[in-house]
Amino acid sequence: MNPHYSVAQVMQQVLLALIPAIVVMLWFFGWGVLTNLVITTFFAVVLEALMLQLRKRPLLPFLTDYSAILTACLLALALPPFAPWWLMAVGMIFAIVIAKHLYGGLGYNPFNPAMIAYAALLVSFPLEMTIWPNAVGGFGSVDLGTTLAKVLGSGVANWDAYTHATALDSVKIGLSLHQSTPQVMQGESVGLLGSQGWEWINLAYLIGGGWMLYKRVITWHIPVAMLAGLMVLASTFWLLNTNQYPSPLFHLLSGATMLGAFFIATDPVTASTTPVGKLVFGFSIGALVYVIRTWGGYPDAVAFAVLIMNMAVPLIDTYTQPRVYGRKRTL
Amino acid sequence: MKKIWSLPAGLKLTDYRKTMSTGQSTQAIIPQVGERLLIPLVQHSGDKPHLEVTVGQYVNKGQVLAKPQSRISAGVHASTSGTIIAIEPHLIAHSSGLPDLCVVLEADGLDNWGSTRLPALDYQHTEISTLVQRVRDCGVVGLGGAVFPTDVKLNVRQPVPTLILNGAECEPYITCDDRLMREQAEEIIAGAQIILHMVQSNSCLIGIEDNKPEAITVMQQTLTATNDPRIEIVTIPTIYPSGGKKQITYILTGKEVPSSGRSSDAGAMCVNVGTARAVYRAVNLGEPLINRYVTVSGEAIKQAGNFEVPFGLPMQRLIDAAQGATIPNPLLTMGGSMMPLPLASTAIPVVKATNCILIRPQPTPERVMPCIRCGRCAEVCPVSLLPQQMYWHARAKEFDQVEKYHVFDCIECGCCSYVCPSHIPLVDYYRFAKDEINNQRDMRQKAEIARERHEFRQERLDRAQREKAEKLAKHKTALKDKEASGESTPEQDAKKAAIQAALERAKAKKAQQAQTETSTSDANSASTEGKA
Repeated sequence: MNPHYSVAQVMQQVLLALIPAIVVMLWFFGWGVLTNLVITTFFAVVLEALMLQLRKRPLLPFLTDYSAILTACLLALALPPFAPWWLMAVGMIFAIVIAKHLYGGLGYNPFNPAMIAYAALLVSFPLEMTIWPNAVGGFGSVDLGTTLAKVLGSGVANWDAYTHATALDSVKIGLSLHQSTPQVMQGESVGLLGSQGWEWINLAYLIGGGWMLYKRVITWHIPVAMLAGLMVLASTFWLLNTNQYPSPLFHLLSGATMLGAFFIATDPVTASTTPVGKLVFGFSIGALVYVIRTWGGYPDAVAFAVLIMNMAVPLIDTYTQPRVYGRKRTL
Repeated sequence: MKKIWSLPAGLKLTDYRKTMSTGQSTQAIIPQVGERLLIPLVQHSGDKPHLEVTVGQYVNKGQVLAKPQSRISAGVHASTSGTIIAIEPHLIAHSSGLPDLCVVLEADGLDNWGSTRLPALDYQHTEISTLVQRVRDCGVVGLGGAVFPTDVKLNVRQPVPTLILNGAECEPYITCDDRLMREQAEEIIAGAQIILHMVQSNSCLIGIEDNKPEAITVMQQTLTATNDPRIEIVTIPTIYPSGGKKQITYILTGKEVPSSGRSSDAGAMCVNVGTARAVYRAVNLGEPLINRYVTVSGEAIKQAGNFEVPFGLPMQRLIDAAQGATIPNPLLTMGGSMMPLPLASTAIPVVKATNCILIRPQPTPERVMPCIRCGRCAEVCPVSLLPQQMYWHARAKEFDQVEKYHVFDCIECGCCSYVCPSHIPLVDYYRFAKDEINNQRDMRQKAEIARERHEFRQERLDRAQREKAEKLAKHKTALKDKEASGESTPEQDAKKAAIQAALERAKAKKAQQAQTETSTSDANSASTEGKA
């Protein structure tokens, strides 16, 4: 059956699909996830309303399309929990004002707003962007008071005690110190299948992605191609040298892999739209994620990989037009 | 089981809303005394036929009102007996919303054929050209929606490998072909046999969607009784728009009609089941096409159903036959809900293209949001177009780009508009783009002709001037040459001599005249003096 969604319903379905991952992240990190979500959403709505007002667009239909809220939630989940409020404010200015409305608002932005914000913040505030709290479980080890103190910027003594390098970080550092992969994998940040905690978060995103596929909010092309791209490169190098390269499973279940595959790369506005184009787009993102993770300067790479491929979308779409009924394939 | 091919895409709907009108058998509507039928002259795609009747004339049922004059045209016949009280423009069912010439026929309620039926033909012992002419005389056109003159279609130069009878009826709400197949299966299959003979084919596939099990059963039973091994009934999956001519051709044969070609290029000819029945009635009964099955349905009609309706009957009469609308001011459209044609008035008459009228509540207008490039439109496009790209270019009026994305392959089925989460009326943009491209093409053509004419005129004037100049130049050189040489030809000498002679003669004459003049003037003066 072909669903008959409105724009708002599409966005709602995506938000619903984020619930499993939000729950798992809450379990691992605690209050910091919630403050991230609340604060980014607040800034998103305020900035969206402001920009709509400035651009003389009707407020209600665009505020109720949930697109700004979705952008906010995606950024909130990509940022380290307990992020300071100003970091999120700057992030949402990048996302809503610059990446979205300066390009013409909903539907006109060539780049994924949440990823523009993420990349801008990562480059501008590397310290704040790379401090991740320990994935301790049991809804985190930080109480609400400490959380608010941290988030609202009054400072928390000994914050380092709560934080930890992520597995992608420690693997990158370990490998750069010429440790072997099995050695690196002994590290405490590495979990059962991927990064500690992250394997479950990734699986939760996978469940959300499955829901969206079932509800036909997204098609399989981009996520499958992206995971395949990552798998192909990761397997090749892993098979070449298991001591130097982590396993494909580690890559699949670490960092933002599943978030990227199901929720970021599938953003309709900025992705390729032809069936073959979606495969090229997704596969390239997966491959780029591996390349940047392995040889680039940053531990994770979804944001950069997606943004690079966003630029290639018009080209991909032009050269992957489907064959029209009654016509020969033209290129 | 016959192998079938599946469309690359299309729409699967949860509810095709067909059950509301399939309940009872079809009811024939016969015009009553004094009832006025508005019979449009153009109910087909093609040229206007020539009017054959005058105001005040009494016509029998089936009598010719207008005859085709050019090849692609179709005749129109009186749908009942009565008197022609006017021939004037009226609103008709057309996307332009403009009135067109109609014969206004006041029924006498007798529905009398008189002797207008043509003699029955035994198709197996009749020349194919005679059969084609009969189909033409009976004004038969495609009843699937395109209303293309059937005689033109059946007049093939070479045998057609596969004849396809289209009983898919994929549009929501419409059930007229369903009812027709249940009630007139013999006539449909007999029609198929005639067409097989006319196009010299020995294979006929009747495609019916699997949401019409009763129709499939009846058709199958009838076919078994007919025992014609050339004909096969094929059940196809219910997916919109499988009933499109090109779509059903692909589903049943796996062959695609080339973009700029015709069905026959794919080795198939596609004919609607209703058209097959009309061919049967034209050939075997000598009856022209003057009525058809019409579905009256929608959420705002009291008793939905099917009716056999004479052409020209106002829509209001159909609504009344279905016991009226349940709400005031409903939305009245013609065709299924996927490609509805809005009708401005209930006085608009039923025509050959009217397969269905829908009476529904006025829709709550949905806000059109910006395109979010989700590509759902491309996912459902049965022709594998990129509707979104065409939309962006049409919006930007980059029509050459729209054309590059093959807008002319769009069958305007409406799948893209249906799934669009932003509620963008995509098909309207494509129609607009097609119109604009055609207009520009016409303009270019006209400009080209004007340019050619202008250049031709310029060339002509230039040539005239050039020739004049050349002549003058030649003359001058000749004169110069002569002067330079000082010689003269004998011919010129003769001329000169003649001129000289003439001059001398003239001189002599003048001198003589002068002499006589003096003497007469003397005489005159003398007489004047005498008088004085």
